[in-house]
Amino acid sequence: MSMNSTAIQQTPKSQINFEQVKKKQRMKNFSKGMLFLLPSIILFSVFLFYPLARTIYLSFFLTDAAGATTVFVGWENYVTMFTSPIFLQSMKSTFLFVLYTVPITIIISLFLAVIANEKLKGIGFFRTIYSSTMGISVAAASVFWLYLFHPSMGPLNLLLNAIGAEGIGWLTDTSWALFAIAITTIWMNIGFTFLILLGGLQSIDSSLYESADIDGAGYFYKLRRITIPMLSPTLFFVVTVTIINAFQTFGQIDILTQGGPVNSTNLVVYSIYREAFVNYKFGSASAQAVLLFIIILLMTFLQFKFGERKVHYQ
Amino acid sequence: MTIPTGRKVIFYILLIISGFLVFAPTLMAFAMSFMSNKDIMTGSLPTSLSFDNYVRAFGQFPLLKYLLNSLIISLVIMLGQLILSSLAAYAFVFLEFKGRDLLFFVFIATMMVPFEASIIPNFHIIRDLGWIDTYPGLTVPFFAMAFGTFLLRQNFKQIPKELREASQIAGMGDFKFYLTVVLPVARTSLLTLGVYGFLTSWNMYLWPLLTTTNDNVRTVQIGLKQLQTQEQLNDWGVIMAGAVIVVIPTLILLFLGQSKLQKGLTEGALK
Amino acid sequence: MGQIDLVDISKSYDKQKNVLDEINLSIEEGEFFVLVGPSGSGKSTLLRMIAGLEDITSGTLKISNEVVNHLPPKDRNLSMVFQNYALYPHLSVEQNILFGLNAKKVDKEEQQKRLIETAEMMGLSELLKRKPKELSGGQRQRVALARSVVSEAPLCLMDEPLSNLDAKLRGQMRMEIRRLQKRLGMTMVYVTHDQVEAMTMGDRIMVLNDGKIQQVGKPITLYNEPANLFVASFIGSPKMNMGKAVFHADRNQLVIDDALHLEIDPVINNVPRYPNVTIGIRAEHLYPGTAENTTHVVEVINVEQLGNETLLAFEVGAEVWTAKWPGQWDVQVGEKVPVHIAIENLCFFDSDTGLLIKPARAGKQQEVVTA
Repeated sequence: MSMNSTAIQQTPKSQINFEQVKKKQRMKNFSKGMLFLLPSIILFSVFLFYPLARTIYLSFFLTDAAGATTVFVGWENYVTMFTSPIFLQSMKSTFLFVLYTVPITIIISLFLAVIANEKLKGIGFFRTIYSSTMGISVAAASVFWLYLFHPSMGPLNLLLNAIGAEGIGWLTDTSWALFAIAITTIWMNIGFTFLILLGGLQSIDSSLYESADIDGAGYFYKLRRITIPMLSPTLFFVVTVTIINAFQTFGQIDILTQGGPVNSTNLVVYSIYREAFVNYKFGSASAQAVLLFIIILLMTFLQFKFGERKVHYQ
Repeated sequence: MTIPTGRKVIFYILLIISGFLVFAPTLMAFAMSFMSNKDIMTGSLPTSLSFDNYVRAFGQFPLLKYLLNSLIISLVIMLGQLILSSLAAYAFVFLEFKGRDLLFFVFIATMMVPFEASIIPNFHIIRDLGWIDTYPGLTVPFFAMAFGTFLLRQNFKQIPKELREASQIAGMGDFKFYLTVVLPVARTSLLTLGVYGFLTSWNMYLWPLLTTTNDNVRTVQIGLKQLQTQEQLNDWGVIMAGAVIVVIPTLILLFLGQSKLQKGLTEGALK
Repeated sequence: MGQIDLVDISKSYDKQKNVLDEINLSIEEGEFFVLVGPSGSGKSTLLRMIAGLEDITSGTLKISNEVVNHLPPKDRNLSMVFQNYALYPHLSVEQNILFGLNAKKVDKEEQQKRLIETAEMMGLSELLKRKPKELSGGQRQRVALARSVVSEAPLCLMDEPLSNLDAKLRGQMRMEIRRLQKRLGMTMVYVTHDQVEAMTMGDRIMVLNDGKIQQVGKPITLYNEPANLFVASFIGSPKMNMGKAVFHADRNQLVIDDALHLEIDPVINNVPRYPNVTIGIRAEHLYPGTAENTTHVVEVINVEQLGNETLLAFEVGAEVWTAKWPGQWDVQVGEKVPVHIAIENLCFFDSDTGLLIKPARAGKQQEVVTA
């Protein structure tokens, strides 16, 4: 800067070219902005954009075990994928899984958020309890539920036995395993979803409730006509996040079922993992990854397109 | 406004039942980690409580090493995220330059790419860099974070523009303003983001599973999986002790920062 | 040649309509200069251009006779006080005051010396260790001023610094700022939307509307001889009463808004013979009529008792006029009261251009005498 001003002092005032000074200023602003963003841009490029492009590229090839491309096969990986009964089963399970987890997570969390939003003594304790599952890792949660689901010692089956019912092979029965994974996932999701929904509830202007009280509105009337509509942006966000999370489920499966029994819990990310890092078929794994990417892109897009219209923003 | 007593009772009943149901698995794990194997096997209530399971868990596995690894990795990721996110957020709020809106859109777009979808090339990059079984391999890919950038951008936007202008008149440069004004003023949201970053890094599973092959850098999550698969199937007390060790740091962090986290995350998510 | 010279300064965003249009202005050294106008008039933009916080689209800006268009704010040697004070919330009062000196790397001893002086002057000595959020509005305002004072910059810019204070404190701070400026001899450029503030503080005032200068002059000049209808209605409270006037030469009458008839002595009064004339008369020139001089009787539609004076509203055609009478008058709504309206108290404006044709002669004489 000091160089700049001395240079200017030497030139006659009438000759200062403001346009040039402005252009220089703009250049400076641009490079400053880039300097602040550069670390993020570089890392996004290396660990996000390039890998994404590379995934698409790999999906058209066969590879060796080290991941180097060997033969260009065009769409064949995709054709194989869509004709493979195992993968179709995996897609079906994934969608079923989303269907199980998302609505139940939202309903339970919303219920918890509503009851934890009352101004009662000791409410902070309950809030902490409800949000606690957010602090429990996939590995730990899976271990907890591995025991809960244990066929002979597990509390769930003991409970069933106690009421005279027969124990369930939670993790070994094809008709129950996906459901068991879903229960674990719902439990894990509750903490985060609850916290966000509670935040949403607390940001609702209390004068709305006060004015409804003056009008003599009842508890459920207020819940239906004020709370839920005013909460819709938060709900919208939470639904999107839960859906995306459901598609990315991995850890629970790795510890609880390893995709079994008979592939009934082989959800898409686990399927990618197995194809790539167990079978070393990076080409076809990439094709699955591309599909996952497209599904999530579509989900987000649809959510924004159709969800937003029903959302009431303040 | 006062709540009628009848309704209060109903709420307390609902709160307590829900609280018990939500916390039951965690509670069970805690209890089991202090119980003898015999009590667990017979499904009875604990007849004696001891630290035996913990002693054995630490004795049979390098849990301390794993904990240290997890701590280092989580702290490094947290710091990296804070630095990169706050720098980027600063540029989006306080700097005006050509292409800023386009770049912002690019940042939004990164949220649509799930890490799992690009995990294969990412693994190859780390392998080709020779970063398998190293701290950089476990941390650097997570430094850039769109969510954190948004959260901080939201917060920085609440800092009056006049503060920047006053500092401009005083002759203070952007980087110094970022360091001496923006960061201290926004410390609460930095803390929130820090807690969030630490929690998610500590709980990371798939990536460390792929990129660690030995005990030197293995995280406690993968350690727990090992414990669970290698321990004789019936020694649940030791497994639960391991699980409790894994969740204690994050639970404490969560209990301390719950209200801040809730406010911070809601703000970042919804504006 | 003044301290600040603006030559043909214009401002536009994205090549749209000009926010500021060819502003020419010269502000003298040591002058308290007020920029006043309604919101959106461009007054803050102009101030920020002087500060260097906004680009100048075209024209030349000189400070101390040097072109500064291209200089960043810090090289213009000025200080600025913001509407929201721009205090750093995480710093103590002391650190806030010294913020600029630190950034400019002023010697530590010098810093302490200036700090003690300034804190003393502004009555902040006891508050130096506090944080801004522990201060009252008036104290925050003082810290913001202290920051300006301590910089010892010869030029100080203020952007609506009093608008966040309550009315009582505002009156007090008006006086303090004014005294401070005179004492330190700095040049002040002060932006406000409040014409009372402008009138009471400024050595000179510039009225700005829609990016164009309406009038520049001393407060009294603006009040007595408003250059156009905008200034006439903007300056003064209650605002100047206005009405369309038609001159009937045959009857020697001036008819205002088809309602009010004023007799004209064709020999003495030089009433402008324009086709479209708007007249204006200050509220204090609508005198209470006595037995001898009552010219009109009007029906009162609203009464405001201010204690030391009484405001009476009445209808003139479609307009509502207000009369300001000194003292307390026991008048009821609906009552008919006599008023005295004199031709020499009227300002005449061209209705088409809005420009002043003839100011109110008598009013000017009277007020100059009392001043």
